[in-house]
Amino acid sequence: MSTKHEIPLFDKKIILNAIKDSFIKLNPAYLIKNPVMFIVGIGAVLTIIISIRDLIEKTPASFDIQIAVWLWFTVLFANFAEAIAEGRGKAQSENLRKSRTNTIARKLVGDKEERVSALDLHSGDNVVCEVGDLIPADGEVIDGVASVDESAITGESAPVIRESGGDRSAVTGGTKVLSDRIVVRITSNPGETYIDKMISLVEGAKRKKTPNEIALSILLSGLTIVFLVVVITLKSFFNYYHITLSQDISAVSIPVLIALLVCLIPTTIGGLLSAIGISGMDRLLKHNVIAMSGRAVEAAGDIDVLLLDKTGTITLGNRMATEFVPTPEVNETYLADVAQLASLADETPEGRSIVVLAKEKFGIRERHISELNAQFIQFSAKTQMSGVNIISSDGSPNRIIRKGSIEAIKKYIAEESNVNVSAQSDYMFTQMIGVDIAMAGGTPLVVVENKKILGLIQLKDVVKGGIKERFEQLRKMGIKSVMITGDNQLTATAIAAEAGVDDFIAQAKPEDKLFKIREEQAKGKMVGMIGDGTNDAPALAQADVGIAMNSGTQAAREAGNMIDLDSSPTKLIEVVEIGKQLLMTRGALTTFSIANDVAKYFAIIPAIALSLFATNGLNGPLSVLNIMKLASPQSAILSAVIFNALIIIALIPLALKGIKYRPEGAATVLKRNILYYGVGGLIIPFIGIKLIDVLINSLGLI
Amino acid sequence: MNYLLDFFQFILFLGLLTFLAYYIGNYFYKVVIGEKNILSPLLLKPEKLIYKIFRIDENEQMSWKTYLWSVLALSFINFIAVLLMQLFQQYLPLNPQKLPNVEFLLALNTAISFVTNTNWQAYSGETTLSYFVQMLGLAVQNFASAAAGIAILLALSRAISFRKGTTLGNFWVDLTRTVLYLLLPLAIILSIILISQGVVQTFSSYAVAKTIEGAQQVIPLGPAASQIAIKQLGTNGGGFFGVNSAFPFENFTPFSNFLQVLSILLIPASLVFTYGRMLGNKKHAWMIFDVMMFVFISGVAFSYWSEVSASSTYHTSQLMEGKEARFGVFNSILWSVATTAASNGSVNTMLDSLSPLSGFVTLLNIQLGEIIFGGVGSGLYGMFLFILLTVFISGLMVGRTPEYFGKKIESYEIKWAIIGILIPSVVVLFFTAIGSTTNQGLASILNKGPHGFSEILYAFSSGAGNNGSAFAGLNANTVFYNVMVGIAMLLGRFGVIIPVLAIAGNLVKKNIAPDTAGTLRTDNPLFAFLLLSVILIVGALTFFPALSIGPIIEHFLVQSGITF
Repeated sequence: MSTKHEIPLFDKKIILNAIKDSFIKLNPAYLIKNPVMFIVGIGAVLTIIISIRDLIEKTPASFDIQIAVWLWFTVLFANFAEAIAEGRGKAQSENLRKSRTNTIARKLVGDKEERVSALDLHSGDNVVCEVGDLIPADGEVIDGVASVDESAITGESAPVIRESGGDRSAVTGGTKVLSDRIVVRITSNPGETYIDKMISLVEGAKRKKTPNEIALSILLSGLTIVFLVVVITLKSFFNYYHITLSQDISAVSIPVLIALLVCLIPTTIGGLLSAIGISGMDRLLKHNVIAMSGRAVEAAGDIDVLLLDKTGTITLGNRMATEFVPTPEVNETYLADVAQLASLADETPEGRSIVVLAKEKFGIRERHISELNAQFIQFSAKTQMSGVNIISSDGSPNRIIRKGSIEAIKKYIAEESNVNVSAQSDYMFTQMIGVDIAMAGGTPLVVVENKKILGLIQLKDVVKGGIKERFEQLRKMGIKSVMITGDNQLTATAIAAEAGVDDFIAQAKPEDKLFKIREEQAKGKMVGMIGDGTNDAPALAQADVGIAMNSGTQAAREAGNMIDLDSSPTKLIEVVEIGKQLLMTRGALTTFSIANDVAKYFAIIPAIALSLFATNGLNGPLSVLNIMKLASPQSAILSAVIFNALIIIALIPLALKGIKYRPEGAATVLKRNILYYGVGGLIIPFIGIKLIDVLINSLGLI
Repeated sequence: MNYLLDFFQFILFLGLLTFLAYYIGNYFYKVVIGEKNILSPLLLKPEKLIYKIFRIDENEQMSWKTYLWSVLALSFINFIAVLLMQLFQQYLPLNPQKLPNVEFLLALNTAISFVTNTNWQAYSGETTLSYFVQMLGLAVQNFASAAAGIAILLALSRAISFRKGTTLGNFWVDLTRTVLYLLLPLAIILSIILISQGVVQTFSSYAVAKTIEGAQQVIPLGPAASQIAIKQLGTNGGGFFGVNSAFPFENFTPFSNFLQVLSILLIPASLVFTYGRMLGNKKHAWMIFDVMMFVFISGVAFSYWSEVSASSTYHTSQLMEGKEARFGVFNSILWSVATTAASNGSVNTMLDSLSPLSGFVTLLNIQLGEIIFGGVGSGLYGMFLFILLTVFISGLMVGRTPEYFGKKIESYEIKWAIIGILIPSVVVLFFTAIGSTTNQGLASILNKGPHGFSEILYAFSSGAGNNGSAFAGLNANTVFYNVMVGIAMLLGRFGVIIPVLAIAGNLVKKNIAPDTAGTLRTDNPLFAFLLLSVILIVGALTFFPALSIGPIIEHFLVQSGITF
């Protein structure tokens, strides 16, 4: 499903649009939101003015012009990074939105229908949707039941049932009704639907910075101020030598100082920061998760505890028959045969699994119900049993077969024949085996024929393949998993052990989730959970990251801070990974950006101080610091500026895709990132600047 | 030079420092939390008495704002007191030399200097200040400003270790306990040993002697030992006499020299362990200690190497200009590195005459923010700001929003941390820029060329870093420098204290997230490496341009035989 919304890293249309946007974003009112780039912009303008003055005064201007050009490129590249992330995000969202834009809604006014544009709908309006109609906006079914094709959103082709009342009443704008007629009460105003919210999170102009992004911006602004002061005062320091010793300091021109400033301030991370944030949202969207705020995505990286429902998340969702255990005097094949008979009409997954098990294990074919002359007894809440009566030729029931829980069967045997069931040996056997099954996490079902106990069927929760490894990874990342289940303590213990969760709550009532979240939060932990029902709403709201399933109720969806369009319970794990990846990318590029400065110093400081105490045409003493042996002061400065601009472009793919994420402990992750982005950030610019220097000298640009 | 002897002395010094610091740090932890300790039988009664006299409610807990106001109030009252004492010392007792009143700007500069734990001395002690001012003015400030710095560190460590708290302790209690249990006992022990080594302690007026040539020589005396002990212990550094610990009556024997340089780093190093205990993580304390030790040892080694190699440039066996023959090269540079690493500022050698790269080490030490042991309290809370930055950047790299001891580091903390790091740096750079390009600034320098520039850079680094030592060669008692350095000292002190307490006030309110496998560890070598990198990169990036056209260019010029 995720492949459906995959957008290539370099989509031609997105790139063209992004190039256009890079220029539009030069608007100072917009640029000022990014202080680092704003400073570069001012520097670029100043350098242009100086270049023009050079031209008018007919002094050599080529160097200043080149500096100016590359400063403009620096800003444009940063804008481009943001624009391309935006473009990709919008494209993701547009895919979802497209279907919705021209929808005509059939609005109910009194008893009459009115045809209005979907955009004119307001919260509280009722609309009618029939076969073939697109649902015009997010809402809740208040009347009727229909099957709905949600593939436009989820990519899942199987239709889903949406009906009024209950947990499946929510519908999403843009999905298509396949059968029947429903009345939908609109719950959002135009521009406020989830998709619109998502689009606003990927649009740079409307996007609100997330808390950690704000903190990082402050750090970057602080560094920018420091370097601003460094560069301004450096001019005075050189003046000192001019005043006291009449040294030639003409190399320390304004464009050179601006070049130094731009190289030192953290332009790499400053230029890519917003792209990183936006592409984090993109990645969520790619996983069919819609975030209500950027804050939640960051919080996801911090989650310490995951609350997971057992059913559907940890286990496949339904219990399956895994074994037949006959009483000592009964043949196992016979038990299987009878059990299959009893389940033929049982359309529940559990019933089907009994039929399948009998067939797989003993080759007992499914018999046709009509041939058997049988009368099926549906499961009833009263008897807690189901079964079959096989009618003999004289019309009286010949074989009476029942299956049910141990308790139910005991009651069934006892009520009609006044025997002490507990004392019967086959009942005692049943009870013994039943406890064994329960301890292994299964559920025992007893099969009786004509009130004689034949044996048990073991029904078991089947733990999803690979889930244990998933929890193991989570544990390595320091995340504790807690399973929530309605099962009894015994069963829960067994499944918890099999799935490898760290903790569980058995016989959980809906409010237990809320209590558990509060308890963990009081210990300072961040809790994530996923839920769907109305009774999950308080817990979803309390959790630091609450993911509501799209199939869930409106209440649940409003309480959560993310919505999973696939309604997949394991999605929480992916969301955590996306959150972590987002933060890591930010940290790694910040480290890289700061580490880069060392090389730039070694390029520029010797260049501008070259003439200081230069004697007899020889270079000044600080030329020793020119360890890269750059050809000339001008080419050194220009190379540093060019490197500084190009590195932004070079890192755009990394910012968009995020740095590679592996589920590991903090120490391992940190070591690797330090090596790649810290040490790498120290070394790469030395090589890069040297190469550029060689290149521009061979091209004769200086 | 006897390299082997120097080496063994250095090892002895480091070993003794670590040993004493560990025990004093743990002892002080007990004092701080009010636990019974070795001195409580003796000092508990005086402590309670002080609370009674000053009407201090021992159990009152202060918010960060109240705590800050208390610090500011104490500083302000002390400032006024020291200022007035100087302005009217002629009319006050204990002035056997009949020294006149101190002129206003100099008095102002001196008052700021001692209240901010800087001890920048634009005056020369023996010709300017009476015994009364030295003792009741300056020596008292040596205790008070040191204790205030330590108290702030204590407030900060509470902020980190309290879960969802609101208060940071009681400033007056912290102040009293620090003076009573830590500073006084150590100062008493040290001054007695110093007196035994020949450091003077007397109220008599200056002695007059006749030299062999028949000339008359005045030998300054005074109650020096008591003041010198606290000047070293409290990282104050203001000497009783003008030439500070290079003067025999201030620092008589190699043993007194060894003790004094040890006391420079003793309390700052001890506080690292106190901090670790307060945070409940000794390994974190060792991590910080190791980082400090590493930079310190590197500084000494580099400085030593520079002295040795520079002497060959000058074709001498040792670079002895400006150094005391009693101490030699090693003890001089050990002191110069220690006094600038810690925010002490006392000297036993003329920093001005050090080889250019030794001068570079002293400058860099101060400019890193004096966090290599640093000033008492202030060194560690300055280091804390760098730890925050490191935690922030590397915390992101492990994929979590950054946290320190389970407390989330968010925009509020980062904002104030940046301000705290920014203010001293900006002051140093801007003031140096003004000093090195205006007539008022340039009039004071004795040397031309890079050395003159270094002198100005050093003056403002020393002021803003609250160090107080001078590179010498700069006439500091001018209107320009008295005022500018005065402002630098104030900004350097309170421009860090306010951010630190603001951060503390916000941190204390936060819940503590438990450690998990996904948490960034702050007590292992990897974090030490990161912290070191952040300190060096941020510090170096800020000051590398200035240093490269100061001491670094001077080094290359000297090598090619160019002097000014």
